[in-house]
Amino acid sequence: MERSGNILVLAEMVENGKAASISIELLGLGRTLADCLGTGLSAVIMGDEASEAGGELARHGAEEVLCLHHPRLKAYHPELYQQAMLGMLRSSPPRVLLAGHTALGQDLLPRLAFSLSCGLVTDCVGARVEGGEVLFTRPVYGGNALATQRVTTAMAMATVRARVGEAPPPSEKAGEVRTLGVDLPDPVRLEVTGRETLEYRECPLEEAPVVVSGGRGMGGEEGFSQLRELASLLGGAVGASRPPVDAGWAPTTCQVGITGKVVAPDLYIAVAISGSTQHLSGMSEAGKIVAINKDPDAYIFKVSDYGVVGDWKQVLPSFTAALREMLKE
Amino acid sequence: MSLNIIVCAKQVPDPEGPPSSFEIDGVERRVIPRGIPPVINPFDENALEAAIRIKESVGAFITLLSLGRSLSRAVILKAVAAGADASLLVEGDPFDPAVLDASSTASLLAAAVQRIGAYDLILCGRQAADTNAGLVGLGLAGILEIPAITLAQKVEVGDGRVRVERVLPDGFEVVEAPMPVLVTVSGELGDLRYPSLQAIKAAKALPQTVLGPDDLGIDPLSLRRLETVALEAPVRERKCRLVEADTPEEAGRKLVSVLREDKVI
Repeated sequence: MERSGNILVLAEMVENGKAASISIELLGLGRTLADCLGTGLSAVIMGDEASEAGGELARHGAEEVLCLHHPRLKAYHPELYQQAMLGMLRSSPPRVLLAGHTALGQDLLPRLAFSLSCGLVTDCVGARVEGGEVLFTRPVYGGNALATQRVTTAMAMATVRARVGEAPPPSEKAGEVRTLGVDLPDPVRLEVTGRETLEYRECPLEEAPVVVSGGRGMGGEEGFSQLRELASLLGGAVGASRPPVDAGWAPTTCQVGITGKVVAPDLYIAVAISGSTQHLSGMSEAGKIVAINKDPDAYIFKVSDYGVVGDWKQVLPSFTAALREMLKE
Repeated sequence: MSLNIIVCAKQVPDPEGPPSSFEIDGVERRVIPRGIPPVINPFDENALEAAIRIKESVGAFITLLSLGRSLSRAVILKAVAAGADASLLVEGDPFDPAVLDASSTASLLAAAVQRIGAYDLILCGRQAADTNAGLVGLGLAGILEIPAITLAQKVEVGDGRVRVERVLPDGFEVVEAPMPVLVTVSGELGDLRYPSLQAIKAAKALPQTVLGPDDLGIDPLSLRRLETVALEAPVRERKCRLVEADTPEEAGRKLVSVLREDKVI
């Protein structure tokens, strides 16, 4: 199959060797773009062993999946991943390379784009074809404006937020999976010498179907234990706006906002959050938004589907208790 | 021997301003800040703070590098006074942030860095608060052909190497590289210290170089790889159903039944 000129999805693996959910979603978005442009849809995945995830991508719509295997690609390393991708992109340049706006996508795509002198649009919340061209939309000015951009180089690259694309259902007719060996530079300049994982991780925030977040009005760390209780009832994760993180009531890994994590859960419950634009642009794509705030004029109510005006200290315990009762039934 | 550190700092409209202060001109495709002051991009302030901490621990000469259409001297002065030793401003109409993209900006900054001369470390913010793209730092490193490490929450130097704690979604990793190296800094590193009035006064006497459009010999428009075709206000407002009750406790209970009725939960 001719890979040049295709839509190419740079897929990622999660810890259990499966394809990341965002990568499957990108296949959905990539399929729409490929159909509009009349091109094919391929995927590439890197690792020490990526065949299982590769098979998954092939069942979800990728006509061809390239698995770039090397023991040194087991964990993300900027220079090694860059080198592995560059050879492939140079030999058969896609028309569009899509990656998730993830930790990996944000670090790797700019390196690739500057190496290949091509345009890159990051943090996309939409992509469509108009007049034979791919147009990307992304929030700018902390989410106060939405820009539509086009790439003027032959190859375009984009990092796309989670839940922008819709995951295609698995199909019986799977694409072809090919495993390729790669040449890697030796020695590299960057050396990863250690890693520390923070505790406090019930469920990855970006993937949680429900996010319960607290704001400045929580008043302290204690309130967050009530949010955790509610989140665990709903099978969700705890988030925070910036002030509680700055005050040390919640870890930085919890921060929702354009400079923290961008989430798009089915349900977002904002407790004692007034709604700065920085925060709103991190959660306004949620399916349904519920706000609890004692200030009736808080901006968060303008962007919510449901609201209670009241002190969270009084509202939240009865909400959680009633929910627990409901779930018991 | 003391280190030479360059900190790239972009001037942006204060991102903490209310939504009403970001007026959108859809025709010109630019955002016009209304009634909010320009500030140094908060992440670039974190980068400057990182540089000052290195200066305190091992000694360094810090050059603040800023590029823009018109740069506020008060904003620059405050940043320099926090602990920089010199500044290089690249200024003029062609350097309009609404017209430049990451590729043209990185090329201009690379040319400015060459003017500064020898350097050991370049520090940038992880992204700017206006474009939020997170591209310029990595682009600059790519053009200068030096290694780059992103998302630092801690930066230390020693033995000709830099050691960075790099923020990950669930913690951090430690990455080391030989200098010269470029590091982009994240908010976790900490806020920029406030300069004293005395330091602000003293900063006025520090060397400041200003370069104009003709000094770098680069046509930024020819280097662009992105074009903004539309700019509009995001549609974000929803119709909020306020749940009312006689007591807040009752409202909490009622909220559960409303969400259940509507099949939200």
